[in-house]
Amino acid sequence: MKLTGAQIIMECMLREGVDTFFGYPGGANLPMYDVLPQYPQIRHVLVRHEQAAAHAADAYARVTGKAGVCWATSGPGATNLVTGIANAWMDSVPLVCITGSVVSWLIGRDGFQEADITGITIPITKHNTLVLNVEDIATAIREAFHIATTGRPGPVLVDIPRDVQQQTAEFEYPASVNLPGYQPVTEGDPHQIERAAKLIAESERPLILAGHGVVISRAWDELVELSEKAQVPVITTLLGIGGFPGTHELNMGMPGMHGMYWNNMAISEADLVMGVGMRFDDRVTGSLKDFAPKAKIVHIDIDPAEIGKNLPVAVPIVGDVKQVLAALNREVGPARHDEWRGWLNEQRAKHPSIIIPETDKLLPQYVIKSIYDASGADAYYVTGVGQHQMWAAQYFWVDKPNGFVTSGGLGTMGFEVPAAIGAQFADLKSTVWAICGDGGFQMTSQELATVVEYELPIKYAIINNGYLGMVRQWQELFYKNNLSAVRMYQPDFVKLAEAYGVRGLRVTDKGQVQSSIDLALSHPGPVLIDFQVEEYENTFPMVPPGASLQQTVDSPYHAEDARMRETGGVR
Amino acid sequence: MPSREHHHTIVALVEDKPGVLNRIASKWRQRGFNIESLAVGHSEIPGLSRMTFTVDGATHDVDQVTKQLFKVIEVVNITDITDEDVVARELALIRVAATPNTRSALIELAQVFRANIVDVAQDSLMFEVTGDEDKIEALYELCLPYGVKELMRTGRIAMARGGAGHPEIEDGHRRYRSAGEGKAQVGSLL
Repeated sequence: MKLTGAQIIMECMLREGVDTFFGYPGGANLPMYDVLPQYPQIRHVLVRHEQAAAHAADAYARVTGKAGVCWATSGPGATNLVTGIANAWMDSVPLVCITGSVVSWLIGRDGFQEADITGITIPITKHNTLVLNVEDIATAIREAFHIATTGRPGPVLVDIPRDVQQQTAEFEYPASVNLPGYQPVTEGDPHQIERAAKLIAESERPLILAGHGVVISRAWDELVELSEKAQVPVITTLLGIGGFPGTHELNMGMPGMHGMYWNNMAISEADLVMGVGMRFDDRVTGSLKDFAPKAKIVHIDIDPAEIGKNLPVAVPIVGDVKQVLAALNREVGPARHDEWRGWLNEQRAKHPSIIIPETDKLLPQYVIKSIYDASGADAYYVTGVGQHQMWAAQYFWVDKPNGFVTSGGLGTMGFEVPAAIGAQFADLKSTVWAICGDGGFQMTSQELATVVEYELPIKYAIINNGYLGMVRQWQELFYKNNLSAVRMYQPDFVKLAEAYGVRGLRVTDKGQVQSSIDLALSHPGPVLIDFQVEEYENTFPMVPPGASLQQTVDSPYHAEDARMRETGGVR
Repeated sequence: MPSREHHHTIVALVEDKPGVLNRIASKWRQRGFNIESLAVGHSEIPGLSRMTFTVDGATHDVDQVTKQLFKVIEVVNITDITDEDVVARELALIRVAATPNTRSALIELAQVFRANIVDVAQDSLMFEVTGDEDKIEALYELCLPYGVKELMRTGRIAMARGGAGHPEIEDGHRRYRSAGEGKAQVGSLL
């Protein structure tokens, strides 16, 4: 039987196991929306802006491990996806974006709502394609899912002109893909794995730096086994958070620019650093030439282009983290590093980076920690970008492998509002907290309408300091306190929430924190809490830009803070 | 890491699909490279084309882009053949001004360079010359005093000497398993 191009798209999505996706209709994808009601087994979520469709699909993918799918129309619809695609690209998230394009005879003729979206997204997609024949749709979509979800995952965009969606063809779903140029290596080289095991055996001060790859390849059991067997402390990068149990005694928390002081010192002292599914990003390493000066580097990553990109590597292992760790665990013998761990714990006691001071003030860290304490390991925590994000990362010590959803590489403010929608759809039974900045929230707040329309019980916590906090922190510390365009007028967030039909609460006092969180958790529907926190709180520890990890500035309640202000970051 | 600024010759086997050139050019552009020359044509394998491009840059940076290029889905294989023993050729067309007085000297020049004269007009001759860049440069320089009206060059194509032809397609992917020791270089791995 012949199907239309639009029906073929739906049939392909069915076969790829898509049960929920996010989108927004427009002129160029009308045929797709026309057949949508024929497929009630697939849930379409109508967002309020295409960027939200991409972010929601992104978070959905992070939580489920499946590809996230979003639809948009041509031109502005497609370009609105761009930030979301770039976000997924930077964080290696499998995303399949299907855009309607102007009718094929108008392509390249500046047709109404035409934008060259395949051209625009070349640098931010793993692959993209413009399908000009209805017969090619099934192959294009089959390949899109394959490419998005295998190897190092990433976004793939398929652009289909409206007339091609309407043409008909025999539908046959390709049994396999034929991509001679795409054969990701998943199995690590046994020789290199042996060498890595030998280095672990010889090392006295080993560290594991676990990144997003651990979460993506769902290698948390293998990581725990390695870490326990050889007694190697595990540091988790921002996106590696959750890849190792938060309460595990070998979990050391986050490193880097706003990481734990003890970790930055440990990296500087270590004789072996094993990067596992991470890419030695500048926020992790600080000044590259001073990074891990005493250490040999073992680097495990599925992307060969990551090996040697930022650092010379002693042992490169290209492969899927789960497979490589499993193989490594067979080679590694039991070891103890008591002295090293003792030193680390000493550092931890001396520099307790995340102690919250006793005060009556409403500190943002206190709010975030209270949310964690009240909601525990069953909840998902989605964040935006900025100070609140760093606090959320610093205080996340819970045992949930993929419970922390954040925009890492791209650092997309406003990610949190729609990403929480995606996370909630991925797990309708669990609590989802969106920890928001007051700035970022206003970039995507229109999605509260989506939340209400789909009756999602998301808990939005706005960490509201009336500033673009992280920008202000940099202006304070590195731009001589010249506060430029960072103080922001805020709407009445409670009224805004209520206008959408979301239960709104305002917290101005430390004493109200617990009760408001309890109320949010017990309320069956969506809740927004406007936490009007201490205005001038800053995020520490901090590695000043361009400085080395050794120059980490600890806690704001130390004299270092003042010194940093005076010297513009140089100690 | 040693950072040697010099000419790199890179050969890629790519699928014949729209947008491939754009993707490849995009990766070089992102890192601020200027592509010095680029030659594309069908390969011996149906559906696959071979590209030769030359770029200037530090070895580590070129390696990085080459590895990024290998991630382009349509790129089946890619090799930096700079340090290999290769045959490299380029073809140039030179339209040089000719008068009754200079014509015979120009014809002699063509013979010395084994250039063909492929077009003759009242006031000019067109040379077709094949060779490495130095040879083409030399002929061009010698033509300059006569007046070069137009110069067109194909850019370099290059092929390794000896050997068993192109490496198996899968080899390109397999060689990344070790991805070099100490530093990951594409060129050194083949």
